[in-house]
Amino acid sequence: MVPVTYYVALSAILFTLGALGVLVRRNPLVIFMSIELMLNAGNLAMVAFTRTYVVLEGQIFVFFVMTVAAAEVAVGLALIVTIFRSRHSIDIDLMNSLKG
Amino acid sequence: MSIELVLFLILSLVAIGSALGMLLSRNAIYAALFLVLNFATVAVFYILLNAPFIAMSQISVYAGAIMVLFLFVIMLLGTQSLPRTGVLPWQRPLAVLLAVVLAAEAGYVLFVRRVATAQIPQPVATFGSPQAVGRALFNQYLLPFEITSVLLLVAMLGAIILTKSRKREN
Repeated sequence: MVPVTYYVALSAILFTLGALGVLVRRNPLVIFMSIELMLNAGNLAMVAFTRTYVVLEGQIFVFFVMTVAAAEVAVGLALIVTIFRSRHSIDIDLMNSLKG
Repeated sequence: MSIELVLFLILSLVAIGSALGMLLSRNAIYAALFLVLNFATVAVFYILLNAPFIAMSQISVYAGAIMVLFLFVIMLLGTQSLPRTGVLPWQRPLAVLLAVVLAAEAGYVLFVRRVATAQIPQPVATFGSPQAVGRALFNQYLLPFEITSVLLLVAMLGAIILTKSRKREN
């Protein structure tokens, strides 16, 4: 097996790119995708450690993370659609009031 | 250099390249498609790490369901590319600086303060097989598994209520 350090390094790079995407991009959909990228990077590190220490619990946990990510995407995209309906724009810079 | 290491390096290049492509593409649809490619390569990593069940869930849940939902919303809203609004001119350099700091911290922890890794044990042949994962899910982790079903139900209800049009109420 490839050393676990390589996998964790790759996971760290992907996580950094995701964090950079959240900070840099203006489109909330792309920001959301960057969050998914970060979740994936965390999952990758977890599966790598699961393989290293040969315990199955890590894979179970990754499965639960995927379920939570699916639920989060459903609610988040519904929120974005609702914001677009009321403001006719989803530019993140224009979302500066709590009252729709 | 073993074949596995060569495969790892090529796949990690593809993963990092597709993540960069997602970050840099101006069109949101291209970003979503780059992310699908990234998820597929991560699924191959899962197969290399003796986790075939997680790899298949990755393909079907992430690349299948989540990204299709993303593409659907992007096309529904017609927001492939937003007009540039430079409200905070210092934001982008600051973001890059913060990302470099994060990467440097991760590199420091990984390569300078590295802990001695023990010899990686060879797992039994059934480790991470769908059968083993299913056994663990339905015996030891039955309650969390059922709670995720409630979570998904709540998310579904939330999405329906949030996007429901209010015209009929008035």
